Amino acid sequence: MEYFGKIFIILLSSILVNNFIMSRFLGICPFLGVSKRVSTAIGMGAAVTFVMALASVITYLAYYFILEPLEMQYMQTLAFILIIATLVQFVEMVIQKISPSLYQALGVYLPLITTNCAVLGVAILNIEEGYDLFQTLVNGIGGALGFTLAIVLFAGIRERLELSDIPEPFKGFPIAMITAGLMSVAFLGFQGLIK
Amino acid sequence: MKVKNILINGIFKENPIFRLVLGMCPTLAVTTAAVNGLAMGMAVIFVLSASNLVISLLRNFIPDKIRIPAFVVIIASFVTIAGMLMEAFVPALYDALGLFIPLIVVNCIILGRAEAFASKNKPFDSLFDGIGMGIGFTLALTILGIIREIIGAGTIFGYPIMGQSFEPAIIMIMPPGAFITLGLILALVNKLDSGKFKHGEET
Repeated sequence: MEYFGKIFIILLSSILVNNFIMSRFLGICPFLGVSKRVSTAIGMGAAVTFVMALASVITYLAYYFILEPLEMQYMQTLAFILIIATLVQFVEMVIQKISPSLYQALGVYLPLITTNCAVLGVAILNIEEGYDLFQTLVNGIGGALGFTLAIVLFAGIRERLELSDIPEPFKGFPIAMITAGLMSVAFLGFQGLIK
Repeated sequence: MKVKNILINGIFKENPIFRLVLGMCPTLAVTTAAVNGLAMGMAVIFVLSASNLVISLLRNFIPDKIRIPAFVVIIASFVTIAGMLMEAFVPALYDALGLFIPLIVVNCIILGRAEAFASKNKPFDSLFDGIGMGIGFTLALTILGIIREIIGAGTIFGYPIMGQSFEPAIIMIMPPGAFITLGLILALVNKLDSGKFKHGEET
């Protein structure tokens, strides 16, 4: 029972309290880049969720079954980024086959998941926190759901922002940043959920 | 041209943070204090110039199809070196930057410069492009760090400057402060840009 309690806390923490975008600052590039339309934001979120869950598990296995027995923990960064790059390439091919329209919509940002720090970030965090395999999977999915939540909400706000009268110098990135800042204030409210 | 132009290009005209808006994650995350921003910048200068140099030297040997994985491996090696050096010599900073040291690998600026500059230019130019871009990045991070540290903690590089009665606005060193400060700076850069300083060197 205690174990499930811990799982629940990990999930809650990765979705809301330590939201990847709003409080850990991981994955800001796609957050700003793919958040102009709600539909593409949802697609991006789905792609990231899939990659992050898969990457969490595979990097976990690689770390504990290859790097640790060989005492090559210092190769962690190098090994993880290669695993992630391969995975992303694979997901890209799958999406291209299954849903060409989604592939069109995500465009250049799909290969960019490789350089999405959230994916590498979650892999490293899992190792640092000493999670077991199941906790790793939960943390990966939770983090990705948190990412999706933030990017979809943000896209919703940006769709409305386009219709508003913004002062010239604030158009584009500046107003997006300030919007994100205000959202981040709201996410601070979740801080009290977990002691 | 060239060295001077390449350097200035990286620092002002194409400042990675204020103009290209690349590499946002470390920018927002580590700038809670000026010294962290500066340290992050130094690490990036090292990785960026070293990887630019090596990629440029190897540009005729790396097959086009697998260039991205090849670049990533080169970059990751230098990031590992930078991480080990920091852990050994400045452990306090290493702890402060934490996760964001290994994450230099996925910093868009580094892969971006490898792809856009180093893979097409001579080693010497690439080295200076790396240094210029790195300095631009460092400058931006330090400015952001100074602003957030002054308002959020009343200190600058750890020295109190605001006097006894100053009540620090903690929000500035928390996540929202990062977004809002950067938003305001970007707006300021846009404003200066559209005015008479059309090609000026404001930062």
